[in-house]
Amino acid sequence: MVETTEIETKTETKTEAEAFEPFILGIFCNWCTYTGADQAGTSRMQRPPNLRIMRVMCSGRVEPEMIIEALRRGADGVLVGACHIGDCHYVNGNFKTVRRMPVLVNLIEQYGLNPNRLWLRHISASEGAELTEIVKEYVEILKKLGPNPLKKHK
Amino acid sequence: MSKSDLSSQPTSDSDSSPSSDIRVGVYLCHCGVNIGGVIDMTEMVEFAKTLPDVVIAREYKFYCSDNGQAEIAKDIRNGLVNRVVVAACSPRMHEPTFRRILVEEGLNPFYFAQANIREHATWVNMYDSAGAQRISQDHLRMQVAKVRQLKALEPQIVMVRPSSLIIGAGIAGINTALDLGNQGFKVYLVEKDATIGGHMAQLDKTFPTMDCSSCILTPKMVEVSRNPNITIMAYSEVEKVDGYVGNFQVQIRRKAHYVDQSKCTGCGECALHCPVVVGNEFDLGMSHRSAIYIPFPQAVPGLYTIDMDHCIKCGICATTTVCEPQAINFDEVDEIETVEVGTIVVATGYDTIDVSHLGNYGYGRFENVVTGMEMERNLSSTGPNLGHPVRPSDGQTPHSIAWLQCVGSRDTREGNHPYCSRVCCMYAIKQARQYKEKHPEAECYIFYMDIRAFGKGYEEFYESASHEYGIKFMRGRLAEIQENPDKTLLIRGEDTFLGQPLALNVDMVVLSNGVEARADAGKIASLVTIQRSTDGFFMEAHPKLRPVDSLTDGVYIAGVAQGPKDIPDVVSQAKGAASGAAILMAKGEVEVEPYFSIVQTALCAGCRSCIGQCPFGAITFDSVLHVAHINPAQCKGCGTCVSTCPNNAILQNHFTTKQLMSIIEGVLGDDRVW
Repeated sequence: MVETTEIETKTETKTEAEAFEPFILGIFCNWCTYTGADQAGTSRMQRPPNLRIMRVMCSGRVEPEMIIEALRRGADGVLVGACHIGDCHYVNGNFKTVRRMPVLVNLIEQYGLNPNRLWLRHISASEGAELTEIVKEYVEILKKLGPNPLKKHK
Repeated sequence: MSKSDLSSQPTSDSDSSPSSDIRVGVYLCHCGVNIGGVIDMTEMVEFAKTLPDVVIAREYKFYCSDNGQAEIAKDIRNGLVNRVVVAACSPRMHEPTFRRILVEEGLNPFYFAQANIREHATWVNMYDSAGAQRISQDHLRMQVAKVRQLKALEPQIVMVRPSSLIIGAGIAGINTALDLGNQGFKVYLVEKDATIGGHMAQLDKTFPTMDCSSCILTPKMVEVSRNPNITIMAYSEVEKVDGYVGNFQVQIRRKAHYVDQSKCTGCGECALHCPVVVGNEFDLGMSHRSAIYIPFPQAVPGLYTIDMDHCIKCGICATTTVCEPQAINFDEVDEIETVEVGTIVVATGYDTIDVSHLGNYGYGRFENVVTGMEMERNLSSTGPNLGHPVRPSDGQTPHSIAWLQCVGSRDTREGNHPYCSRVCCMYAIKQARQYKEKHPEAECYIFYMDIRAFGKGYEEFYESASHEYGIKFMRGRLAEIQENPDKTLLIRGEDTFLGQPLALNVDMVVLSNGVEARADAGKIASLVTIQRSTDGFFMEAHPKLRPVDSLTDGVYIAGVAQGPKDIPDVVSQAKGAASGAAILMAKGEVEVEPYFSIVQTALCAGCRSCIGQCPFGAITFDSVLHVAHINPAQCKGCGTCVSTCPNNAILQNHFTTKQLMSIIEGVLGDDRVW
């Protein structure tokens, strides 16, 4: 598959750490962060090619199981994108996320994963630039962390 | 058993395991060179064919075009595909377009998924083809996985009440109200001040035609008050908004006037007798009013209000000799009124930029440095000086005035705004011309960075200002203003045309400050759940194609609340917002996405954890069956209850746990090689 050949060709020229391209699963709420990601696109804000975006209507919909499933299956990082506090389209869905995620971060730490594998960030519909910066920063951190140890190599 | 497995069993998710009869068609859109120019579309087609249940993968230049749509339609019609994935732009752009094809071909519109490979892939990785390709493939994987799990859903139809709430009664709110009221819709026009009219009432003349602002505004204000369909709720604020498109319940706080509005005749006798003297906000504190007041003589409603922050409760106004109708009531309290409306228009306007933080210009320290709005009131025949502008320091007529443009705007320093306020160039030219008309011998300078005379007749107005009126345009942003001992001002800067430093003595300086979002814009945004742009103004649903819609169905934005603009643009936008709201209300019903949640009674243990989580009170407890019940009409489809349910008994339509998990499995599946 394409991924394999790319990684292999890169390892020839770069060091292994540089060649590692983290897989970030973004779970974004429809109204703020997903729209913000659209805005980043429309404004052609370039970012590293590591973020895959999945849309939910509200960050309150994000189930811990989804994040655990993504990490179990080898995602190097999960970025949950929510509205700013007070801006939630559904009044307070993001409050629930704000309370859930820290618990989950503790939990994944107990699983032996680095707490940075899960990030919750508040990114509004007009903050494409912030999203871009956050992704850049996250990619840097994940590159330093290295691949998710749960990743199955074949 | 994992949570995702559980959700596959019950009622509405029962047939969810991908059956043998799923035939996915993948349509890869080049979007011209936007996508096709970055990634290898032929390779994408080959990749798509490797994905489960994909029977057809095609590419085309523009799938949103008639020809592109016809190709998808043909495949559905010929029975080749029964699930459609389009990999193209954001679903926020064209999801409705593609869903319509499915409907037209007799397929349920919810058998459609859109992979965003433009905004989220090629546009953010324009110079990294391999990276963009990788993201595009993953996004395709995710949507193919999802489409295989999607269920047929029926769009929900909700009724739209033929009534509208308009927040803010400036020129934008007034126009929207008139357009809607004249079409026969009930309008509640809410204004936080004691009168409607907004900032436009404070202006003297309007560019470029030099129409008198109140002469064109006040007839509109009267028209609003006479329209039987419009209820003016002045001196009121929106407290709470519940409901959804077509059916909003709005609580409005009617602030106490301390004057019975049904008895007050507006005679003004009370104000004459009131011993309190305070600065009149309408004149920016440059004139006086009493504690019982109307903001300005043509105010609508022209009824009196007591400013309790300044009233000394002497009771003179309450005596029968002063107020014959006995309208004064010191015991009046705020009232909460609830109205039900189908649509909402937000037209809350703007604040002028506070310039006191710009120490180098000395506003607040030097008496003869004033803001644009202060100059406007100064020039106004209804203003503090009856249209004869004077130097604040000594009340003398100034012989030379300098206008400084872009104060607080087009400035990336902290505390300023990077955007252009769009009105300051024109109002400064207008004010300078007005002054020259009154005092042809005076020297008027305008210090600018660029003159933005973009509207109809504006450039001509600008040209005539310099050629016919002799106003001097100097390019360069001033560095500093110093006060001379006689209170005249020494201004320093650079003339960038001559490339020379410049120092000039003038009698008066006008800081042409721009506009910024209202200080309470965040509060309004939360109330009606709309978004704001980085500049603080309310955000439109699409910057080009939906400039008056918010992202919340049934809520529209008009006027400067959406971004800086001049009066003609505000009125156009107000008419646009009125039209948007009227379309919904004239149709009387609207289709909403059926993303509501359903409790699977067989799985519900009756723990009631979900009930407290629902911000809309849509979940009730059925004490007979001992299960939770969700009212689909009240449910807004956030899915928070779904992720709360410990028994996984709640399904969110189109976002079931199984469907969302399938996306994760699809992209990080067992066959993925790292």
